[in-house]
Amino acid sequence: MGRRLYVDWRAGLALVGTLLALLSIAFVLPILVSLWYGGEDLLEFVVSMVVTAAFGLVLRELDPNPKPGAREAFFVVAFTWLFATLFGALPYILAGTGSIAQPINAIFESMSGFTTTGATVMETISVEEHSHAIMMWRQLTQWLGGMGIIVLAVAILSQLAVGGAQLMEAETPGPGISKLTPHIAETARVLWFAYLGFTVLFIVLLYCLQITGYATEMTLYNAIAHGLTALPTGGFSPEGASIAAFSPVVQWLFVPFMFIAGINFVLWWHMISGDRWALVRDTEFRFYLGAATLFTLIGTGILFFETTGAGFSDSIESAFRHAAFQIVSMMNSTGYASTDFNNWAGPAQALLLFVMFLGGSTGSTGGGIKMLRWLVILKSLRREVFTSIHPEAVRPVRMNGSVLDEDAIRGIHAFTLLYFVLFFVGILLLAVDTARIGYNIGTIDLVSASIATLGNIGPGFGAVGPMENYASFPWSSKLLMVLYMWLGRLEIFPVLVLLTQAYWRS
Amino acid sequence: MRVIVVGAGRVGRSIAANLEQTHEVVVVDRDGDTVEELTYSLDVLAIQGDGTEIGTLQEAGIEQAGLVIACTDNDESNVVICGAAKAAGETFTIARVRRRTLLETWTGSQEAFGVDFMVCMDLLTAQTIFRISGLPAAQDVKMFAGGLVRMVEFGIGPNSPVANSTVSEADQYDSLTFAAIFRDDEMIVATGETDIRAGDRVVVIGSPDSVTGFADDIVCTHDNSTDEVVIVGGSEIGFQTAREFEEHGFHPRLIEQEHDRARECAEKLPNTMVMENDATDAEFLSREHVDEADIVVAALDGDEKNLLVSLLARRLGVDRTVAVIENHEYAELFETVGIDVAVNPREVTAEEIVRFTRTDKTEKIAMVERDRAEVIEIEVSEDSVLTGRQIADATAELPDGVVIGAISRSGELITPRGTTVIQPGDHVVVFVDAAVLDTVSRVI
Repeated sequence: MGRRLYVDWRAGLALVGTLLALLSIAFVLPILVSLWYGGEDLLEFVVSMVVTAAFGLVLRELDPNPKPGAREAFFVVAFTWLFATLFGALPYILAGTGSIAQPINAIFESMSGFTTTGATVMETISVEEHSHAIMMWRQLTQWLGGMGIIVLAVAILSQLAVGGAQLMEAETPGPGISKLTPHIAETARVLWFAYLGFTVLFIVLLYCLQITGYATEMTLYNAIAHGLTALPTGGFSPEGASIAAFSPVVQWLFVPFMFIAGINFVLWWHMISGDRWALVRDTEFRFYLGAATLFTLIGTGILFFETTGAGFSDSIESAFRHAAFQIVSMMNSTGYASTDFNNWAGPAQALLLFVMFLGGSTGSTGGGIKMLRWLVILKSLRREVFTSIHPEAVRPVRMNGSVLDEDAIRGIHAFTLLYFVLFFVGILLLAVDTARIGYNIGTIDLVSASIATLGNIGPGFGAVGPMENYASFPWSSKLLMVLYMWLGRLEIFPVLVLLTQAYWRS
Repeated sequence: MRVIVVGAGRVGRSIAANLEQTHEVVVVDRDGDTVEELTYSLDVLAIQGDGTEIGTLQEAGIEQAGLVIACTDNDESNVVICGAAKAAGETFTIARVRRRTLLETWTGSQEAFGVDFMVCMDLLTAQTIFRISGLPAAQDVKMFAGGLVRMVEFGIGPNSPVANSTVSEADQYDSLTFAAIFRDDEMIVATGETDIRAGDRVVVIGSPDSVTGFADDIVCTHDNSTDEVVIVGGSEIGFQTAREFEEHGFHPRLIEQEHDRARECAEKLPNTMVMENDATDAEFLSREHVDEADIVVAALDGDEKNLLVSLLARRLGVDRTVAVIENHEYAELFETVGIDVAVNPREVTAEEIVRFTRTDKTEKIAMVERDRAEVIEIEVSEDSVLTGRQIADATAELPDGVVIGAISRSGELITPRGTTVIQPGDHVVVFVDAAVLDTVSRVI
């Protein structure tokens, strides 16, 4: 790193421009939707597309042949996400309907979309208030952000063949990427194909439920809209009542697909290429499955036997269904709701708050601290206890049979600590800021708002519950949450280093 | 037969001395003085030269040689010597190596490097240490057909589920063959009606999975926690010994003083508790209850240190001490002052190679019960008594004490049954009573 004395921001921005131009193609989907529904908001999307593409192409001119190095990777990734958010907010502003027409709200909604958070500032979520195209764009931003904009770009742009690995490393959730194939572009394509495959499968299955009459509400529009947000662990829904708007059969179908979204997508590739037991053998997957099962059972018990709050003591099926749905949804950072869990009894809500700190697997689309980190932390803490009894013992920490580097373990400890520091600071700042304008909000509401945005989960409790929204927060709090969603999706460091002096100088 | 031994170190010298009576031995070494000295001390032809060069090998008579043994101190040289020998003539080659990874490469693809048989000194020493440690669950494990077939011998405890049942009752596994049962000094070739009793040692041959499955069922009653093994020194031999114990289900402890090496050992040995300390620190040894160990293996670099550690362990009250001794003149002395067993890596290697020279057609052999029987792997030729016939018919012509344990046909494992027909080119793993070994190896 000593070779470069400053960040090559021209090359970085030029690359961001290229990516932005590529991203403008995504506006084609809402344009098609608009045409299908008689041209509502058509002009707004065409303008957004042209502006985004034009801006991207202009930025590209800064450096006709950008060669970004290791240092620029952070810059490129962080700014790509920031610009994607800003331009993704254009349609909301231009359409001019409802609360999201205000710029700060539009940016919040757009960041919540790309980072697959699913927190909303839309006061009325319905296709009556907003156009079909706007609602579909909201869903699409989550799908693009799920596997990652950069991963998609690496898969498509041959220009990123060399530096692509560094960029993907900075974007992909979890410590380190595993190159599956010698060409990074092929690895990126593998990941996107697996992602696309599951998305299409889910849409088809959802629509089948409609055809067979199990779910009359699940129109083709709704099937596509939810297909686009389940696999990226997004959580947006064009229905105001989220998944509570659908029948139990639909809710049951969501559970496995939400669960899949939190599994390392790399494992599918290993399974397809011959290693059939790759999934079952993976320690992180077992831990994820075990945690989900355990907390679902506890949740079922609480919901079934708890009589205060909206219990489900009349039906074990509904208690089990809502527990499974909500645990998986909150644990891997999806944020759908099959029922308004704001009405749940205290212990059940505490359980949900607990699983919000777990996260999905590495290499999945889920956010949060993630299973692998928790596994490493548990194992290294166990070692600490052991070496306090046997001070001379030399004990490497193993994962999936191979030894973990001590530096990697330290990195994981640092990340987790930083995550918690940000979480607590977030509570404090939100508390001060809401008190400033006299917005009356409960303690648990603030706590859950901090983790729900940092962990890319979406809904929290109370005022930020699954059927509520974030619109009442002051603009400054919304900006903080935008920053938190950004930090959370890129796993803190790529964004945080940009805020340090050492990154820009020497 | 003409045997060329390249490298006149301790191993080469010992082999030459063993073979001088029965074979025409040519020893090649680079050092002129050694060659000079050998000419007078042994009944062999000693040549000065570099064994990796074809000229030297021709001078040693490679065209007439039936066996080339490469045992210089350098692994790579030994491999190159074998390659050169193969290029120069039709000869069987044996290479001695120190690094286990080379052996693994070779085992993975037999005939790699032009080496027909590879002996890994550290591994062999480790296996020897394990064998003589004499612990109750001690099992003898050998691999055949590139790892496809495994032979295992283990003791049957009184609580074992197969004790007091017959072989056909115990045989619940698809690809497992019961070869023999050793009861005290008696060897019984296993048939379906043979009883298994507590205290027997059973030899089975089969796929690694079925053998492991069987072993798990047998060993389930065995309590490993009572077998405390402490290995002092993370030298290559110490490391391999720990690994050997691990592979047989033990959880040994390894004490290594050097920080980086301790970490390296700990990374490679998941079931070993590695401790970083000086093994002569008495306070540490008593704090970690090393005195309660059943066996202490001293595998440090340096005979004197091993003596010191062994004596210290003895003093603390350890039952059994094993020391690795490089200088064979010390061995007897060490055993006199109170060490139970002294193991000399070079002697062990020489013995293994010499043993191998006795059979030439077999590809791989393993001793069972100190030479009571052998398990051999052969490639079946056109004129073998086994070829093209059902096993039941073929074995009727063979003497008693022969069991076909497993067949490997183009990389696939076939479990032999009475009706299986053996084809030319098959690799067959056969259990043979030592008494009939010569008769058997003539006809198959």
